[in-house]
Amino acid sequence: MKRVLLTLFFSLLCINAVFAIAGSEKLTDPRLEARAVALQKELRCVVCQGQSLDESNAPLAADLRHLIRVRIEAGDSDEQVEQYLVARYGDFILMKPPLEPLTYALWFGPLGILLIGGAAVALVVFRARKRLDSASR
Amino acid sequence: MTGEIGQFALALAFALSAVMAISGLAGARETASQSRAIASSAAIGMFVFVALAFGALTYAFVTSDFSVLDVAQNSHTAKPMIYKITGVWGNHEGSMLLWVFVLAIYSAIIVFAQRGSARLTSAALGVQGLLACAFLLFILFTSNPFLRLDPPPFEGAGLNPLLQDPGLAFHPPMLYIGYVGLSAAFSYAAAALITGEADAGWARAARPFMLLAWIALTIGITLGSWWAYYVLGWGGFWFWDPVENAALMPWLIATALLHSALATERTGAFRSWTLLLAILGFSLSLIGTFLVRSGVLSSVHAFASDPTRGVYILAMLVAAIGGALALFAWRAPQLQSGAAFEVVSKESMLLLNNVLLSAAAATVFIGTLYPLLLDALTGQKISVGPPYFAITFAPIFVVLIALVPFGPRLGWRNGDGRAALRALAPAFGIALVAALAVLAFVTPRSLVAALAFALAMWTIAAAVIDLAKRGDIRTLPIGAFASALAHLGLGITLLGITGTTIWRSEALDLLKPGQTMPIAGYVLRLEGVQLYQGPNYEAERATVSVISNGGTIATMSPEKRAYPVEGQATAVTAIRTTGFSDLYLALGDERDGGWVIRAYVSPLAPFIWFGGAFMAFGGMAALWGRLRPSLASATKLAAAE
Repeated sequence: MKRVLLTLFFSLLCINAVFAIAGSEKLTDPRLEARAVALQKELRCVVCQGQSLDESNAPLAADLRHLIRVRIEAGDSDEQVEQYLVARYGDFILMKPPLEPLTYALWFGPLGILLIGGAAVALVVFRARKRLDSASR
Repeated sequence: MTGEIGQFALALAFALSAVMAISGLAGARETASQSRAIASSAAIGMFVFVALAFGALTYAFVTSDFSVLDVAQNSHTAKPMIYKITGVWGNHEGSMLLWVFVLAIYSAIIVFAQRGSARLTSAALGVQGLLACAFLLFILFTSNPFLRLDPPPFEGAGLNPLLQDPGLAFHPPMLYIGYVGLSAAFSYAAAALITGEADAGWARAARPFMLLAWIALTIGITLGSWWAYYVLGWGGFWFWDPVENAALMPWLIATALLHSALATERTGAFRSWTLLLAILGFSLSLIGTFLVRSGVLSSVHAFASDPTRGVYILAMLVAAIGGALALFAWRAPQLQSGAAFEVVSKESMLLLNNVLLSAAAATVFIGTLYPLLLDALTGQKISVGPPYFAITFAPIFVVLIALVPFGPRLGWRNGDGRAALRALAPAFGIALVAALAVLAFVTPRSLVAALAFALAMWTIAAAVIDLAKRGDIRTLPIGAFASALAHLGLGITLLGITGTTIWRSEALDLLKPGQTMPIAGYVLRLEGVQLYQGPNYEAERATVSVISNGGTIATMSPEKRAYPVEGQATAVTAIRTTGFSDLYLALGDERDGGWVIRAYVSPLAPFIWFGGAFMAFGGMAALWGRLRPSLASATKLAAAE
């Protein structure tokens, strides 16, 4: 119950993100800042419902946005920043789930369905065509 | 007193729904004409009593009767009247009552319209009765909106301020008309399987319901997306939030169903597939309800997080979907398809449309449920966000849209592929020119943007050509007009999505009064921030001058509102639109004597919703085309009497 209340509390904070990082908190180098913004769009606010760090107004998200900038200034590459955060928050923080055995069905499922569907269409069309031939004969 | 009347009406409606279910299903037998009469009367009776209950709850909300628990928890005397009314469905109990109310309305329409044979109608009513029975039981035992509170509090707890918005007032009823409208298609499909009358008749009987459901879903999703755009304050229109996905899946399947049923009606092709789609469409509506209402997901929409409700809905879901699919598995093999057509034909295109739409729906389904499943099975938590759908969903939709123009240009059974290509050649030319123009003139240069833009122009130009080639607009069959309009809307929406996602400029800064920030050819100057008092909130309103070429062209006022009763804050964005492009401002927190201002310039953003409107108009035209003959004969009949 406490967890539910806590989640509810945090989700209220997330709603109506009235925002991100601004003014003096921005990195002075625009290229580094652009990388930070791109990164925070790919990472999720771990206490919100489906919002990226870029959109969230939760205090934790603000801390993480700051952390991303600290890592970038320290010379980390984008991958290193992501790994740093994944090591602490798990895969949950990635908006794009990693490709690994447990997510094969997630990543290849749509393709599989499309292939099966395509094969089914080919079969139905083939049969319909055969019927047309036998009817005209 | 009204609370007790509502409660009593609900109990009576439940009893009547049981009568309706039993006698309706019994009426599927040829000789049971009395059962059929009872089912019809029970359906009307159920409608009357559910309407009475809904009226009672509305009355309690309007008069702020805080002795009713639901009103005390979700309303407040200071709330403007419109939000007292919309507050009726702005909470779990009330929204479930609205759901059943819509179901009851559809049942009454089935009785009055009498589409299809008497046996078919009766069996369809029986299935509707079963659904009503399950939902009324759910309301009475787990979600009773009429529970009393003693002693009544002096004041209510208020409504989530996010829901206090005109755009959102009509979003839930629209979605419900759509969700529950699919129940009519589901009931007719089940009735067709029960009675064995699975020819074109059921599809013809259910088509107006499918169209109505599709129109309502289209409007509901468009409204919801527009609301998210202007309320949530970060300029996006679609977030791949599970609750959005819950509405998108039935829409995709309903779209497939509309196309597949067309073939079933016309040539008797794809009979069992159309039945299956009708079952799947409503099943996805039910799954959507489960996801939103059970508390499996917590989001703005999920105002109820109660596991017993979740378990009940899950049981209902399994019974309804499992039952329908079992019925399908039992009876469908007896259906002979026997469709005969060439490879190049309208039938083939409709099949491709169906496979792509179903695969798109399946992708959304996998992406939405995979994290839940993985968490339940392994405890591992992952997030499936927009990047996943950009990789999996978008390509499927691109292929679908690329193929859209061919369907209307090909004939049934044996299409003339060459003629279609010749007719569509100008559209291809326009698309090519559009792609080259984007590559040449728009910076930053983006191949994806060029392709998406070309695809949108291809669809739009093809829809216009399709209309032009069919000759005189006055003698044009209304169905052709409807399809062109809907396909045109698809292209327009794609233009909007391309513009906003690829060409959007974004600026964010901390401004003190008098300071400026540039964005996409404009300069924004913060003039100041004033406080003011709303009816049930306090607001800070910023005044921002928009300067272009040295002159002030507009003043915009983004706001931030604090609702003391609910203890929440919302942002009210300021949007200045030219119809082709939006300048979008949101006001953030105050910090060091300045305010955070976030600004976007979103080219073509309004097209997203224009396109949605075109699609809905297309659906309405098709519905009008379907109802006109029967309306005309009804008037003739009335005149003769």
